[in-house]
Amino acid sequence: MLSFIARRLAQSLGILALMSLLVFAGVYAVGNPMDILVNPQADQNEIARATAALGLDRPLFEQYFLFLKEAAGGNLGKSFAYSVPAIGLILERMPATLELATAAMLIALLLGVPLGLWAGVAPRSAAGRTITLGSILGFSLPTFWVGLMLIMVFSVWLGWLPASGRGPTVDLAGIPVSFLSIAGLRHLALPAATLALFNLSLIARLARSGARQAMQQDYVRFARAKGLAEMRIVGVHVLRNVLVPVVTVAGVQFGSVIAFAVVTESIFSWPGMGKLLIDSINVLDRPVIVGYLCVVVVLFVVINLAVDLLASWLDPRVRLGGDA
Amino acid sequence: MRPALALLSVALLAAVLAPLIAPQDPYDLAQLQLVDSRLPPLARSAAGAIRWLGTDDQGRDMLSAILYGLRTSFVVGLASTALAFAIGVSLGLAAAWFGGWLDALVMRLADLQLSFPSILIALVLLAVFGQGLDKIVLALVAVQWAYYARAARASALVERGKEYIDAAIALALPDSRILFRHLLPNCLPPLLVLAAVQFAGAITLEATLSFLGLGLPITQPSLGLLIANGFNYLLSGRYWISFFPGIALLLTVVGINLVADRLGDVLDPRARR
Repeated sequence: MLSFIARRLAQSLGILALMSLLVFAGVYAVGNPMDILVNPQADQNEIARATAALGLDRPLFEQYFLFLKEAAGGNLGKSFAYSVPAIGLILERMPATLELATAAMLIALLLGVPLGLWAGVAPRSAAGRTITLGSILGFSLPTFWVGLMLIMVFSVWLGWLPASGRGPTVDLAGIPVSFLSIAGLRHLALPAATLALFNLSLIARLARSGARQAMQQDYVRFARAKGLAEMRIVGVHVLRNVLVPVVTVAGVQFGSVIAFAVVTESIFSWPGMGKLLIDSINVLDRPVIVGYLCVVVVLFVVINLAVDLLASWLDPRVRLGGDA
Repeated sequence: MRPALALLSVALLAAVLAPLIAPQDPYDLAQLQLVDSRLPPLARSAAGAIRWLGTDDQGRDMLSAILYGLRTSFVVGLASTALAFAIGVSLGLAAAWFGGWLDALVMRLADLQLSFPSILIALVLLAVFGQGLDKIVLALVAVQWAYYARAARASALVERGKEYIDAAIALALPDSRILFRHLLPNCLPPLLVLAAVQFAGAITLEATLSFLGLGLPITQPSLGLLIANGFNYLLSGRYWISFFPGIALLLTVVGINLVADRLGDVLDPRARR
């Protein structure tokens, strides 16, 4: 177990180094951030001075090794646009993204599992068919367009929910969160629903096929023979067997929810790190782009590790290591 | 299958015939009249032409813009799917056939790529490359080849143990012939289903990236750009600029996904009823 974790972490460091080099070289090749950062009226001398101040006049490899040296100490460089350390900028916005992603995942799980069970237990009923069809639709709906349509219906037409921003936040152990106040929850509702839709469909489909299989197993027939109520059979016996793949997929998907938050945050002006990434790409703010990717890689490594450990705990037949 | 296939055919036909059936060329600035801007659906333009789906802020007929946008969607989807299929399947087959360092290299690369969500990789690549049709196809190929490589390798590993491959080897046929004439046709069914699903994914991803302002430049027709433009007018109640391009995108993607679903059933003999 410990050697498994150690090997995983070593692999991740390799990925981190490779990714940072690729992105560093790539963003380096795109263009000169000076074109955007410097006042267009600046003369050659001023531009040269500003370039030297950011270290951009040195060769690529020197810049990269300087970056690595600093990164090892936790410093990913200063943002060109904000002139503050990039890592601080990213970490400051991380709670907003994590809150949004967690809320979306919770919606997906709390709605997806019961809906999927229902469709799996009664596949031929009207409700079962509707749920199945709805999940296909949910797969095909483009996320960003759903966000826009939710704004149109709930903010513009009905005027029930706010369309942008995070609203007032409450400090929870020093971290600002939205979900502890009514106004915050109202701001959270639309972006979280938008982000949840895809995974809601995915989880409902998984739970449905899991439940269909489980319903044909001997233990369900035995539970029926024992005279257990249908509620108890589905809610306890079937649910437990459906949950293993659902939890694994939900864990793996959490990473992609964080990535797709980039789109949702842009639509709803949610002040998270995804919106920061888009803004930074538009002004070629290299330290922030590289920093975002490093943070995301670390997040993914932690998530994947947690999912593997959780899966082996839920289902002892799953072995760690193997050809990981 | 029939309704889905019909839906997809209508979308494809509309895209192919766009220059013939569209009421105007939405990207010819000479044909746009500012007096026609932001007309609601079914309104008449100053010249008396009916605007079925309304117009945008530049007086562009939305129906025409959507038809041209669908063209771009199909071109991007087909080009990236074909390229990713060719590259991914070739690499996957070669990895399964030759094994050794080639196998290890291809599969580690695929692992690396698949461990990141596609949107993130595409975003970063486009940040590096810049905007453009060719660049977005390149980015889509980069995020999709690995799926084909993995699937092709998996089915090739199953197939290579079978007798007809032994027979081909005994005939001393060249590797390339065995790979593409014997192995590939027998690995094809699951790969075709995968390609259909990825085709839908490519179209959605292009629209998403263009919506974020990283895909196509504003001068090109794209459903994502149309929807992004409509977002500016959504809050004042002018829903149609975003709504109809999204519906067109949705119907196309649903059509492809349903066809892919059925294709999977038809091509898998065990699921055939």
